[in-house]
Amino acid sequence: MAQGTAEKEQKDQRTPWERVRALGSQLTTPLHPDDYLSLVNPLWSSRELRGRVEKVVKETEDAATLVIRPGWGWRYKHHPGQYVGIGVQVDGKFQWRSYSISSPPKRNGRHIAITVRAMPEGLLSSHLVNGLTPGTIVRLALPEGDFVMPDPPPEKVLFLVAGSGITPIMAMLRTLDRRGTMPDVVMHYSSPTAERMIFRDELDQLAGKHDGLTLHKLHTDSEGMLDLADLDQLCPDWREREVWACGPGPMLDAIDEHWKEAGLEEQLHLERFSLQLGSNGGEGGTITFRNSGKTIDVDGATTVLEAGEQAGVGMPYGCRMGICHTCTLTLVSGAVKDLRNGDEFNQPNEQVQTCVTAALGDCTLDI
Amino acid sequence: MAIADVKEYCHLTEDEVEQIGRELDALRTEIEESRGAADAAYINRVIRIQRGLAFAGRVTLLFSNKKPAWAAGTAMLGIAKILENIEIGHNVMHGQWDWMNDPEIHSSNWEWDTIQPAEQWKHSHNYIHHQFTNVLGYDNDIGYGILRMAREQKWNPYYFGQPVYNAMLATLFEWGVGLHDLDIERIRKGKKDPKELKRQLKQLARKAGRQATKDYLVYPALSGPNWKTTLTADLTSNIIRNLWAYVIIFCGHFPDGAMHFTEEELEDETRSEWYLRQILGAANFTGSPLMHIMAGNLSFQIEHHLYPDLPSNRYAQISERVQELCRKYDIPYTTGPLHKQYGQALRTIMKLSLPNSWTKDKNPTQPQRRDTANRYEQEHKRRSDAERPPRRTELGGWSRGGKQRMHD
Repeated sequence: MAQGTAEKEQKDQRTPWERVRALGSQLTTPLHPDDYLSLVNPLWSSRELRGRVEKVVKETEDAATLVIRPGWGWRYKHHPGQYVGIGVQVDGKFQWRSYSISSPPKRNGRHIAITVRAMPEGLLSSHLVNGLTPGTIVRLALPEGDFVMPDPPPEKVLFLVAGSGITPIMAMLRTLDRRGTMPDVVMHYSSPTAERMIFRDELDQLAGKHDGLTLHKLHTDSEGMLDLADLDQLCPDWREREVWACGPGPMLDAIDEHWKEAGLEEQLHLERFSLQLGSNGGEGGTITFRNSGKTIDVDGATTVLEAGEQAGVGMPYGCRMGICHTCTLTLVSGAVKDLRNGDEFNQPNEQVQTCVTAALGDCTLDI
Repeated sequence: MAIADVKEYCHLTEDEVEQIGRELDALRTEIEESRGAADAAYINRVIRIQRGLAFAGRVTLLFSNKKPAWAAGTAMLGIAKILENIEIGHNVMHGQWDWMNDPEIHSSNWEWDTIQPAEQWKHSHNYIHHQFTNVLGYDNDIGYGILRMAREQKWNPYYFGQPVYNAMLATLFEWGVGLHDLDIERIRKGKKDPKELKRQLKQLARKAGRQATKDYLVYPALSGPNWKTTLTADLTSNIIRNLWAYVIIFCGHFPDGAMHFTEEELEDETRSEWYLRQILGAANFTGSPLMHIMAGNLSFQIEHHLYPDLPSNRYAQISERVQELCRKYDIPYTTGPLHKQYGQALRTIMKLSLPNSWTKDKNPTQPQRRDTANRYEQEHKRRSDAERPPRRTELGGWSRGGKQRMHD
């Protein structure tokens, strides 16, 4: 998927085996050798990253950890806290979602783990938790996201976690544990009940092992939700801590506001799944959604997909990172720019991926 | 004679035409909603078989000095190329499998095993041919700028050679298709934007170069002492594919029942009328299920033109419903065995190599409107995209540059 400088970088890093395959494309053009090899073993392809589900571990009633063996082209260099895109075929159709990696990065690793909670209305999350059998081949997207724990870590850390928001934090904790660099960490973890608290045993073990790790558990069904005003008692030095917060949207909004009021937003890291795009955006402009008759003025950093959602258009989307093409729409007129590589699309009736493009002046889309 | 108004030609009222449109829309929705795991398994199986055949063919041809190996290898490679071009490439590029969200089987980045770059094909075929099917002066597929396939096309002595051009086009079909989107006629008249032409030529040269290097240099070289026989085998398999693709394509729009239209038909054409034009302008042929797969399901040309972006494995099922509809409204539905359909196309090629006055029109349709009867002849010219109505979305993707995937 990467292009331009990223592509060049990739070329320089190619292993001898990858060079052989590049040469082999002389034999298989217009296909790639991987298009044939993946028919022998589905993991033998780096055209689209793939993985084989090796194990499905039940964590709680409604959550499971998927242990995945990635195929060719995967680099085990993710930062603790990053997420991956995972595409699963349901009724013939690939559905994409992003999930945080819960396993720590290992240079010589062979597996990654993601932990998924089945959402009541979530077609895919339920399928991942209950319907996925070991051996299933899934598609993967390389790790993304800047919700990461730096190495070395800051001296004082506060984790504010609710529900399945534990997964990126778990990757951070496991990394700190494995590297032996656990600093002074306070963790506040809310879950409806004790049974639904993912990783509760492992967290207890970690807290027992590391003096620096203080764990507050809150069972919101019986004890109510966390009131941020209580932080002063729970963690009196919260103002001195670097904070990572992950959980439902309203919780993150409240935390965002609380830290802004304290003038400490510099210390706050929030996890909202979004793609990190290049800084050189489009120009912005007025986007018209022809069939729904809606228009919206946007800046050059807002993707067409986000613009449509803000305007209240029922935009199709999948991975939200330019992989799955679910969001592709017809650009009737005007121009858009691919935020990943700066490619411009300006032909009438061109197909554009709305999740990675932004307006270059006024444009009209067929939806 | 070409049709200026499909509604009038079919003796249908406006309400009937709209009703037909609604029924065809409903059929589309029904198929779209029932697409699922079995369809995905179908295309994946075809791809697996095709790649298996290609691999087996190439390996067998390393021993092409042995006659049976030459024959078996050539046949496997030829069949693989046919499957790749028409049941896989053509259909994937129409967007028939885009609903799977599989970036590896997607119209936006599929590249096929032939000279023409996918991007140029998606323009000349998905847009120009499918939207303006059989409209004189708009659809460049009426004779491909080489043959005279409609009586309305002006005759000149060049066309005496038509039987020869036809044989050459059939043999070199891949190259004919390769040059098609350049629009030689507009280049000749100096109307093509030189910058666009240069871009297309570069794209074409690169693709053609890679294709030719693979078939005529790399594989013969790998065969070592058998390089000569491998070269002839590769050439033969390409010609087999060319001839077969040519026959399939010519059976789609040139048998006797497939009609031509004048540009009046395009004026204020409704979606329902567009559907009717697709039925009248296309022709099917009959055959076994295997035959349909080998024909890329273009033996269901009518259904393909109604629903270019629905999965090809469903055309047989759609066909029964479309035939039922045609019987109900007494709309002509052209079909017949392959040899008969191709025979008719060939007869037209021979006949139209002569001036109209030397032959009889066996397919008079309806009296023409006086005012426009000869307009096509007078104003015979090719349109540029700027002069054409914009693209309909159901015809399949037409994306330019950037996203094309070339593996190197």
